[in-house]
Amino acid sequence: MEPELLRPLPKPMTPEAKPYWDGLNEGKLMLPKCEDCGKAFFYPRIACPHCHSRNVGWMQASGKGKLYSFQIAYRALNPAFKIAPPYILAMVELEEGPRLLSNMINIEADPDVLKCDMPVEVVFEKQNDEVTIPLFQPAG
Amino acid sequence: MKELSNSVAIVGVDESDEIGKLPDVSLTSLHLQAVHNAVADAGLKISDVDGIFTAGQHSPAMLGEALGITPRYVDGTSVGGCSFIMMVGHAVAALHHGLCDVAVISHGESGRSGTGVTRARDTSLSGQYEMPYGFGGAPTYFGMITTRHMHEYGTTLEDWARVAVSTRAWAGLNPKAMFQDPITVEDVLNSPKLFYPFNLLNICLVTDAGGAVVLTRADRAKDCAKKPVYVRGAGEGTEHTLVTNMADLPLSRATTISGNKAFEMAGVKHSDFDHIMLYDAFTSGPPIMMESLGFCEPGEGVRFFDEGRSDPGGSLPINTNGGGLSYTHSGMYGIFPIIEAVRQQRGECGDRQVPGVKCSLVNGMGGMLSAAGTIVLSHET
Ligand SMILES: [Zn+2]
Repeated sequence: MEPELLRPLPKPMTPEAKPYWDGLNEGKLMLPKCEDCGKAFFYPRIACPHCHSRNVGWMQASGKGKLYSFQIAYRALNPAFKIAPPYILAMVELEEGPRLLSNMINIEADPDVLKCDMPVEVVFEKQNDEVTIPLFQPAG
Repeated sequence: MKELSNSVAIVGVDESDEIGKLPDVSLTSLHLQAVHNAVADAGLKISDVDGIFTAGQHSPAMLGEALGITPRYVDGTSVGGCSFIMMVGHAVAALHHGLCDVAVISHGESGRSGTGVTRARDTSLSGQYEMPYGFGGAPTYFGMITTRHMHEYGTTLEDWARVAVSTRAWAGLNPKAMFQDPITVEDVLNSPKLFYPFNLLNICLVTDAGGAVVLTRADRAKDCAKKPVYVRGAGEGTEHTLVTNMADLPLSRATTISGNKAFEMAGVKHSDFDHIMLYDAFTSGPPIMMESLGFCEPGEGVRFFDEGRSDPGGSLPINTNGGGLSYTHSGMYGIFPIIEAVRQQRGECGDRQVPGVKCSLVNGMGGMLSAAGTIVLSHET
């Protein structure tokens, strides 16, 4: 029997995001990157939002960035999310530019401890054989 | 659009028969009540209506069928709660060109009770990139904008709390407001913690409600039942849907674009406004909108709520109906600040009437400041 999931799994997965999800399963944070203007972006899509080129490839991100903004959830809105509050809702700005939402872990869920712009690094958390997600912790 | 300034007037406004907790009233009924009430307010008949504008879970076609009319013009722009404010501008263009003669903008939402409602929409973005981390629901996104604002500009929890206190003071003067008892900054700071930086009293209500607005060309407006309120300016803008893609976070590009268009069409400057209605799903929304609209420098929007400036009797009244924070908030709130601005311009607001009011601003957001609609209303041309 599979262990009970603590988080809703990403769904529905879209075909254009497959390299992102495949990369996570291999412990890589992959970002879509425009082959024409050179900029990385997020979320994955088939055209560049910066220069509108359809010449889009992928790059492996360093996994480093900063905590751009955060919230502390004292309760869950979604019954499928079973991690006990309080937990940290995080917006991370990656070194490569794009921002993504995630959770901060290995730090107290306290607005006096968390600071915008603190350096963070990715931690991969396996959910099951198909899904791994990127979480973030203070950079060591 | 400048040549269309003042060419159209709002001639009818009203809510559904009741607003609040209405488990026995379907979403369709909220629409129909609001439209019938607003059309009656204008001194018109349902059969006069030939333009239908609505957003949310009903298409304009469905509303036309429910009303028993076959409109000549419809608009179903749906970019969140400000859609109804945007539709004022769309109605001005349609009326001006004779695409319709009497336009109704309608909102109905069983936001609290879910009576007669099912949901089906594309959830692939939030499902993949947000939900696995416990995001879901506006309070888990708008706080991102708010925390970043505090970091960049030094705004505080006390600053946001003052917005709730001022808005509640207005609600105390509105018999239709759900919460009317006065509150203090300490009450807000001590209310239950939900999603830092938001406590319970930083977040809007969840209600069932409908509202509608009737518009016609200025020449015909003079024959309606009430004093016409002219649409001097209208603007709109959209930027993003995911909060991570908000380029100038914590400011809103959509709001800046929308405001600039509306002010230019109206030929007004910031100091011309003596009454302001801002979409307040969260206490941080109104100050950030004031900044994005150019009323002040970034970070200074909270000053409009200092020392009673925005309160009853203050120098610049803001959210005089009691807002989404204390009056009503069904989900897509944008119709209600239009209704309040029209009532203020008509002088119908009783204890909360802003004396001598001449120029109202209505600005709303869709999503997380993702889209914006702005209108300038006045009983003078
Ligand atoms: Zn590009």
